[in-house]
Amino acid sequence: MTQYILRRLLLMIPVAFLVSAIVFVLLRITPGDPVLVYAGEERDPVALEALRHEYGLDQPLPLQYVVWVEHAIRGDLGRSLRTRQPVTQAILERLPKTLELGVAALIISVGVALVVGTLAALRRNSPLDLIATGFTIAGVSLPNFYLGIILILVFSLAFRVLPPGGYADFVTDPVDNLKRLILPAITLATASLAINLRQVRSSLLDVLSQDYLRTARAKGLGERAVVLRHAMKNSLIPVVTIFGLQIGALLDGAIITETIYFWPGVGRLAVDSIGGRDYPVVQAIVLMSALAFMVSTLAVDILYVWLDPRISYGRRTG
Amino acid sequence: MIEVLRRNPRILVGGVIIALLLFVAIAAPLVAPYDPKLVDVTTALLPPSPEHPLGTDDLGRDVLSRVIWGSRISLSVGLIAVGIGFLVGVSLGLLAGYVGGLLDLVAMRAIDTLLAFPALLLAISITAALGPQIQNAMIAIGIVAVPAYTRLTRAQVLSLREREFVLAARTIGATPLRVLLRHLFPNATNALVVQATLGIATAILAEAALSFLGLGAQPPEPSWGQDINYNARYLSNLKWWMSVGPGTAIFLAVFAFNFLGDALRDALDPRLRRSG
Repeated sequence: MTQYILRRLLLMIPVAFLVSAIVFVLLRITPGDPVLVYAGEERDPVALEALRHEYGLDQPLPLQYVVWVEHAIRGDLGRSLRTRQPVTQAILERLPKTLELGVAALIISVGVALVVGTLAALRRNSPLDLIATGFTIAGVSLPNFYLGIILILVFSLAFRVLPPGGYADFVTDPVDNLKRLILPAITLATASLAINLRQVRSSLLDVLSQDYLRTARAKGLGERAVVLRHAMKNSLIPVVTIFGLQIGALLDGAIITETIYFWPGVGRLAVDSIGGRDYPVVQAIVLMSALAFMVSTLAVDILYVWLDPRISYGRRTG
Repeated sequence: MIEVLRRNPRILVGGVIIALLLFVAIAAPLVAPYDPKLVDVTTALLPPSPEHPLGTDDLGRDVLSRVIWGSRISLSVGLIAVGIGFLVGVSLGLLAGYVGGLLDLVAMRAIDTLLAFPALLLAISITAALGPQIQNAMIAIGIVAVPAYTRLTRAQVLSLREREFVLAARTIGATPLRVLLRHLFPNATNALVVQATLGIATAILAEAALSFLGLGAQPPEPSWGQDINYNARYLSNLKWWMSVGPGTAIFLAVFAFNFLGDALRDALDPRLRRSG
């Protein structure tokens, strides 16, 4: 197992370099001169050249890349072209807000999927099941920005029960913080909830028809024990893989959700920085998202082995 | 064929909705009641009425007409992006699986790299790099779609390439290209058709998101995602109709392709048939 994890970590290194190279090239071929954007009123060629030199933009591209990677490995991702703030600091400032939103969405998505998916599978073709299955297709078809707009329209503007966006610090005003969290968290959770719900329901249905459950019932176990201890445990295995894939979807969703709700997280920073050609910031965010996504995929694979002892990654030579 | 449809009425339902959407897109000049770019300040910000079933926007443009014309962008991006992903992905998958060796290793690391990015973030980065234009959005969404087709095709080729019928074809002198296209590819088509149908839904959603962020179609072109973004500024005055029209259109189009893809999966993929 340790060997497997080590091998996977080693394999991540070339992919991480490829990822960083792609990010670097993509942002350098972007049209528009960032220096002109940030020089403001300054049009003196000497000053512009100095600015270019300061950011290393006058060096050949491969050299710029090497310098960037060298610094990145040491944790220095450069400074924002717009605010001159160190990029690492800019991201770390916003990361807790994105994590708060992401964790809230994950709790809603997984929690509701487990409860409703289980009930739907147990009462097949009941009204609840029909609503749940309808939602599994509708939920993935609804663009999150449109859902966000509808929620703002209904809950913030028409009925005025929740604020339409913005962020409040949890320490100074926890109630306001949670109030502002509700709508974005629901928006971010919906698509992933639809996928999870479908997976929970169908894998539980698969398990429910198996012989060992009949045995469990035959030996006199109550329905509760049969479902919770025997059926759920096995039906969760395919569900875990799906949850893992959704970390990437949540990162994607955060970009849009944070933009609609003026949530000052990393996703919003990404959109603002792309609009403003703030190379170092965009590079860092894309790179960190890709790395986070790779690590979470690995974590899910490990969790998978732990849940299902039949799967073994270590002895694959057979 | 008729038997398949009779047993899976959902294919018919999904197919009919998509046919209707395609008809509206193609016949937009005939179906749309107004010119989608016609500015008329005297009719600005009107709520839905018999003259303007979905109301008008701040420039007095008819929302329904913009939604109808906008379907052209969404559907063509959906189809072309999936076309790009399909062509590149399937070719790469066939080659990687059949040739193997170094080519397979390099191709699959490239695919791993693409998969390491969150999909929308990658599409945003590519579109931003190429320049915010609808053609570039198409390319970006196409690139992001490649890995799914490569992996599906490669897995199929790997599991079949040592089977008797492939060996037999090779023995009687079939060229590698013929083996790939006539013997291996047809075996992957069912899974690929399902993937492509669901892929169109994803591509339409991605295009809408890119346009919403200002990276897709540019004003004054009618586009669902871009129109929602543009009209959202009037939400605080409760002028909901300008956003609800295009938003519902996106939902309908994506829903139709997801619904059809789902029905096709149940009909074409026997492994997944058991749990409805």
